[in-house]
Amino acid sequence: MAKGQIVAGCLAPHPPHLVYADNPPQNEAYSEGGWETLRWGYQRLARKLKDIDYDAIVIFTPHWQTYIGTHFLGLPEFKSKSVDPVFPNLFRYNYDLQVDVELSEAMRDAASEEGIITKMMTNPDFRVDYGTITSCHLLNPEWDKPIVTISSNRNTHYYSPEVMIEQATALGRACAKAIEESGKRVVLVASHSLSHRHFVEEAPLPEDMSKEHIYNHSQYVWDMKIVDMMREGKSREVIDIMPEFTEQTIAETEGGGLIWMLGAMGFPDFPAEIYGYQSVIGTGNVIACWDPNDDTREYVL
Amino acid sequence: MSEINEPEILFGIYCPPHPQPLLSPEASEGYSNLRAAYDECRKRIEESEADIIIVYSTTWPSIIGHQIQALEKAVWTHVDDDFHYLGSMPYEFHMDTQFARSMRVNCEKRGLEARTVEYEGFPIDTGSVVALQLLNPENRIPTCILSSNMYSNRSETIVLGKAVRDTLAQQNKKAVVVVVSSLSNRMFTEHIDPKEDRIHSQKDDDWNRKILEFFDDGRLEDLSQLSRDIHGQIRVQKVVAYKPAWWLAATMGQHNNYDGEVLAYEALHGSGGAVITLTPSTGSIGDKEFDEDDVEFYRGDRNVLDKGMLE
Ligand SMILES: [Fe+2]
Repeated sequence: MAKGQIVAGCLAPHPPHLVYADNPPQNEAYSEGGWETLRWGYQRLARKLKDIDYDAIVIFTPHWQTYIGTHFLGLPEFKSKSVDPVFPNLFRYNYDLQVDVELSEAMRDAASEEGIITKMMTNPDFRVDYGTITSCHLLNPEWDKPIVTISSNRNTHYYSPEVMIEQATALGRACAKAIEESGKRVVLVASHSLSHRHFVEEAPLPEDMSKEHIYNHSQYVWDMKIVDMMREGKSREVIDIMPEFTEQTIAETEGGGLIWMLGAMGFPDFPAEIYGYQSVIGTGNVIACWDPNDDTREYVL
Repeated sequence: MSEINEPEILFGIYCPPHPQPLLSPEASEGYSNLRAAYDECRKRIEESEADIIIVYSTTWPSIIGHQIQALEKAVWTHVDDDFHYLGSMPYEFHMDTQFARSMRVNCEKRGLEARTVEYEGFPIDTGSVVALQLLNPENRIPTCILSSNMYSNRSETIVLGKAVRDTLAQQNKKAVVVVVSSLSNRMFTEHIDPKEDRIHSQKDDDWNRKILEFFDDGRLEDLSQLSRDIHGQIRVQKVVAYKPAWWLAATMGQHNNYDGEVLAYEALHGSGGAVITLTPSTGSIGDKEFDEDDVEFYRGDRNVLDKGMLE
């Protein structure tokens, strides 16, 4: 059996606004559009993924928050309706998705061997979080690949951003080992924004783009600093500066997704592909992809 | 803003959000004690003349202001993110939509951003599901659930409580008010044998017991004044502040004149779980000086960042 490998790593923010703006048949809400910079960026990245041969998407989400270890989806199918608890007016999405349970269990076993507390989630009534649904919908609207969702253990809050870096990196290493041993080709997804201060009021028409802007300039400057480092292939430095970034911008990086993904990819020193940056209700969002293949890596934006 | 008449709050309940008392009360003596305390509260609610149960849940965070559950019949099966292996929680809750709608208007009158949510399949949070399933299983009394805005701090939370009073007074409804929150909220980060459950640390236990003394003495306003200390000492810093005592005190009238009763205090996977009742009475205990301004109207952020800039 050929060794499995990580064929791409995507930083894929999940504001439900982006699905809402797309008006897919699965979503009950209707919009007049909005946030095109991100949506068109997503469409371009989705087209790239279509050209990559892969078996499964493994996604790390901050909206499945677990305090007692790291949990993995452990049933082959989940079908239900995901309603965003914060933006229920925008996101009521009927999903029907497949899980690669074999891969999920293999990653869980590898993580356990590394001393990480783990749990398989096997309750059929469990609702898959909207971070998973949003990022996966935008990266693969056909839903024709199985996924694995990994929960976000709350290390940043319970201990510190530094402990989160240690734990999420170890989890990433364990997942990479399991993927290699599985013989599968896998796309990794870190599902989150960068700076994460929201406005607490919403425009009467949420997709009114004349109202959309970053929460404040400081958030923007920080986001650009991180994006520049990604472009320059300084992924290790992104992680090193992350405790301060997370604190200063209340960044959603606190959930550990990007650390986990870059850790699994061995902190790549090649440039990330940048597909777009835009604010959503004040938060800063970048779509980026780390393509380890020198022949297919592009300079997108 | 003056109230037309005083609202009637029959009693308040403080109870924990974790699902063990609902799903696995038999797993430990502590969990069954909590369950018994919940059952006692349920009985007292049944025997009361309450027209409505109002729930403020710390496990329902919101961003766009304050969300108010308004779906007349909220039906779903809930599963907890951590404790999914304990089982599913099917529920059907009946909301007081008339109260919810007026509550929104009264929030806005006091400067708060607020909205009702009325969607089939809305994910009602674990804390609200556990509390309502145990306190009002037959839906004998309609209810209203309020979210906890993740950015809100003291003044906003106190004003939210006052908006509840406005609405109750307007509608002439007798209420039982429920706060769903742990005391100390640090859980063990590994799976444990429920029989070996205990409070995560001696320090958390010491603080919890001190807080319970205040509750037992009916000193709710004093607890409200102590909220920032409680947040610093025994709360994992997930949100900006420890808000339940602010909300409960503001909703119940900002004083220390209650008969407090601690019905149970037990560990829930390391966190402090207590079921407490507070019934308005006469005579005051309390020795704290109230050094933070009372607030009637929320004026938003002070925009200190925009001031004092060099021109
Ligand atoms: Fe998010």
